[in-house]
Amino acid sequence: MMQQQGNRFFFNVDWITVLIYIALCAVGFINVYASIYNPDKAAGFDFSSSYGKQLIYVITGLILGLSILLFDGRLFNVFAPFIYGATLFLLVVVLFVGRNVGGNQAWIPIGSFRLQPSEFAKFGTALLLARYVSTFNPKFRDIKSIVIAGLIVLAPLLLIMLQPDTGSALVFLAFMFPLYREGLSGYFLLIFLGMIVLFVADFLVPTYILIIILTTIGGLFIYNNRRKQKIIISTVLVTIIAIVYLFVVKIAYEKVLAPHQRSRIELMLGLKADNKGAGYNVIQSQIAIGSGQATGRGFLQGTQTKYGYVPAQSTDFIFSTVGEEWGFMGCSVVIGLYMFLLLRLINLAERQRSTFSRVYGYSVACILFFHVFINIGMTIGIIPVIGIPLPFISYGGSSLWSFTILLFIFLKLDSNRMGFI
Amino acid sequence: MDQLFNRKYIVQGLFIVIALILLGKLFYIQIISDKAFSSAESNVLRKIYKYPARGAILDRNMKVIVQNEPVYDLMVIPNEVKPFDTLALANALEITIEDVRKKLKKARAQSTYQSTFFERQISVQSYARLQEIMYRFPGFRTQDRTIRHYPDSIAGQLFGYVKEVSPDDIEKSEGYYKPGDFIGKSGLERSYEDFLRGEKGETRILYDAKNIAQGSYANGKYDVNAVSGDRLISSLDIRIQRLGEELMKNKVGAIVAIEPSTGEILAFVSSPGYDPNQLVGKDWGKNYMSLIANPYRPQIVRPIAGQYSPGSSFKPVDALVALQDGAIDPNTTFFCPGYYMAGNHKVKCEHVDGTINMQRGIARSCNTYFCHVFQSIITKNGMKNQRQTYANWHAQIAKWGFGQKLGIDMPFEKKGIFYQGEHYDKIYGKRWGYTTVISQAIGQGEITSTPLQMANVMAAIANRGYYLKPHLIKGIGDKNVVKKEYVVKNYVGVDEKYFPVVINGMRDAVNSPWGTAKESQIPNIIMCGKTGTVQNPHGKNHSVFIGFAPMDNPKIAIAVIVENGGYGGSYAAPISSFMVEKYLTDSIKPRSNGYTVKAFSETNLLPALIDKTKKLKLTKLDSLNLKKADSLKRVKDSLKIKPAILKQTVATKPKAKQPVVNQKPVTNK
Repeated sequence: MMQQQGNRFFFNVDWITVLIYIALCAVGFINVYASIYNPDKAAGFDFSSSYGKQLIYVITGLILGLSILLFDGRLFNVFAPFIYGATLFLLVVVLFVGRNVGGNQAWIPIGSFRLQPSEFAKFGTALLLARYVSTFNPKFRDIKSIVIAGLIVLAPLLLIMLQPDTGSALVFLAFMFPLYREGLSGYFLLIFLGMIVLFVADFLVPTYILIIILTTIGGLFIYNNRRKQKIIISTVLVTIIAIVYLFVVKIAYEKVLAPHQRSRIELMLGLKADNKGAGYNVIQSQIAIGSGQATGRGFLQGTQTKYGYVPAQSTDFIFSTVGEEWGFMGCSVVIGLYMFLLLRLINLAERQRSTFSRVYGYSVACILFFHVFINIGMTIGIIPVIGIPLPFISYGGSSLWSFTILLFIFLKLDSNRMGFI
Repeated sequence: MDQLFNRKYIVQGLFIVIALILLGKLFYIQIISDKAFSSAESNVLRKIYKYPARGAILDRNMKVIVQNEPVYDLMVIPNEVKPFDTLALANALEITIEDVRKKLKKARAQSTYQSTFFERQISVQSYARLQEIMYRFPGFRTQDRTIRHYPDSIAGQLFGYVKEVSPDDIEKSEGYYKPGDFIGKSGLERSYEDFLRGEKGETRILYDAKNIAQGSYANGKYDVNAVSGDRLISSLDIRIQRLGEELMKNKVGAIVAIEPSTGEILAFVSSPGYDPNQLVGKDWGKNYMSLIANPYRPQIVRPIAGQYSPGSSFKPVDALVALQDGAIDPNTTFFCPGYYMAGNHKVKCEHVDGTINMQRGIARSCNTYFCHVFQSIITKNGMKNQRQTYANWHAQIAKWGFGQKLGIDMPFEKKGIFYQGEHYDKIYGKRWGYTTVISQAIGQGEITSTPLQMANVMAAIANRGYYLKPHLIKGIGDKNVVKKEYVVKNYVGVDEKYFPVVINGMRDAVNSPWGTAKESQIPNIIMCGKTGTVQNPHGKNHSVFIGFAPMDNPKIAIAVIVENGGYGGSYAAPISSFMVEKYLTDSIKPRSNGYTVKAFSETNLLPALIDKTKKLKLTKLDSLNLKKADSLKRVKDSLKIKPAILKQTVATKPKAKQPVVNQKPVTNK
């Protein structure tokens, strides 16, 4: 009986995903090594150095992931509220006892190790959301279910905003996609997209022109549907809200965002050129990546990354090492690996019988997607600088472990997909 | 599987779209645009240049005449500068604190992370002082390189000067020169720039973001050592060059001496001269401005840029071409009543020689004789064919180098004036003949030549019929490469057999009691020569002498022009005699007539400045050639007034020169 269970366990785990995971961790280790590498001190392997630690993180992460596979998958369903509660608790605690690193109150020191609760809040939230959806099976057609799901997501998001770690907080928007999959109207995504478009447009185009455009669109829409009173009313409302939004954005931008955040946004939109200050990271990162050209300078040959031109080299800007040393080919391979992983995760999620597993799977895929998109986008200057790690590749134990837990819980759930949780 | 299953495709589609956006941007910055690559290079790469020593120049006796001297620049990398003791640096450099701040600001404006000049060519004392306290000024370093030094302090126009490249030079060189490089701007420094400059060395060093050197780039694969410039051997004999400059002191004019058998230029004097060391180093600007401000314009290289009518010194060429043409023979005599009638215009001769032959005509510089010679040449094919005959004659004279550049290895050579027949056709239509251009018979009016051309004519006569391209550099590099063009004989189209009579006449000019340059006889050496007294409408006539020596197997051909020196025999001929004697015997013996180098050197013949209250402006120097050929100008004026009497007017135009008659010994003023 035990024997049979072991076989089934091995069969059911999606080893392809595990292989991609290992591949990404290897890419991470190699590039962390390259970005730390100093030709003058190249003698021997040093476990106290960053790449040494990263190797330890990778190995322990793998052990952590494999041991998660030994848990009973049902536990995650059962304990979801407690895990979520615990992460919320840590998020509150960090605001009081946290170590301030780089302006963010994000770390809880435990001995020599530092814990970043916001990383763990992601799978806590994913678990509770999956639990809520699987238990009540809401189709998100009523306000109540939307509000509840919204609260589950917004509670950690707002706590993280207080640190303030905008980057990590933004990742929680990824939960829109699992909710969308479970029935949330596509309008929410469109509204969200519209808000981003209007936000960007508000900076690039004078407000009065935007108002004219919005009114024209609204007018045309009303003209086309002039028999339907309901549509006319809602169009008028939407247009007015959009126009009000324009002004709110302008004011909120000045009042709410910190100066460094404003300058990051302005830099990204090309409204401001700054080679030395806030723009330095992005410009240097782009120079490093661009100088890799088609095939890269080769392993350990990157000059920009090796000589410290790109700050936060091994963590948030690790992709610039990939770009410089491995070129467009290396970048394509990395992005290809991520895409393979993400698309596979969605497919895995869809094959679940249990709603819990499916929602959780979607959450994992979308969180990873947000990280990848925002991180790489930031290093090549199509997204403002938002300091979040590149999953499995960036240096750091907290992020690597939390992504590992996030992923392996889903693999565990997936291996149980035939059973009902 | 529920009805929402299709939403999976929306989510996956979004993933793919975003991935394509990322790849698209990556494709752009990594493959399409190469901006990032060059930015990356400029981020980390600093090129440290090693400046090569410029090639030295030796004279024909292997004496160094141009060499290098080490100088030190203080360089700064503004980004590396930490707060420092401004006063200490100012004291070490002997400048003020304000200067230090200003210079630092200037350097910073140029580049914050590249090494830029803080102070150029600091003195040896400053350098020594700095060495001890350099550690107190992080970001500063000294850089040594060499500048030119001219030990003899002469021949400024000949050597030219070297200067930091201008943006223009950089553009023209298509990137060969970089800011801070030096380039020969004039003289030999310019014409031999490609040989003299050598090759710059370069070390590529990688710097990290904190601007700390991280070692060499690609293990020094692209590093180059500096290669010194080629050594040049000049044909100059610095002994007579020095003597020439000495003799020409306080005079405007030029001396060119050529070794006839090789075309090598032995002396190349342009007066007034200047010390080439003035145009070296950081005082360049100041000194250059004062040179430019000098009303006698020392910056003009008169041996090749001064254009003078050759005057009577043209007569030997005239005679040789006539002999070759068969227009006359060596025994042809003409009667000189003291003038020559060109149409109804009288060309005066200062003396009445009666019946005179060619040899004596040259020795006495008889205008009448040569007007007749010219008449014979131009009319030998009949009066109707004069213009065609003139064209032939023009071609023959041009072979001697008149009206064209000789191609000397110096920049900015002038070609002089020597009009073709078409030129006169334009002015006079078809109605002109030998009388119109009669002034050319005696080297006046519409013919000018550079001192180099005149000396070259002498070299051709000394060689009895050919010349080699005159040049200043006879060997390039350690292998003493000689340019091929310098060994080609250029024949002037006159057979050797016609030379003796002319040369005899030239011998008599110097060595006979009736010669025009008899005061310039050199003890024990037979110098052949011809005086010229060039009409100068602006002041005193110019003194010209051309000659060669010894008569047989000549070693030196020479042309001397002393502006406002009067008769050719007064100044130009004696100066030539000293030059020739010095070159041939390395000494100057006392002369029976009491002429001394010292006396000539002390004579001041500088023309007076016209109006001292206005801008300094002097009587026009012929060498500047600002005037049009005078006869031409007058004709044009007359055209405006009375076209009908054109021919008559034309006939009055040539001006008689005043030949030397039994000239009295010149008393040196």
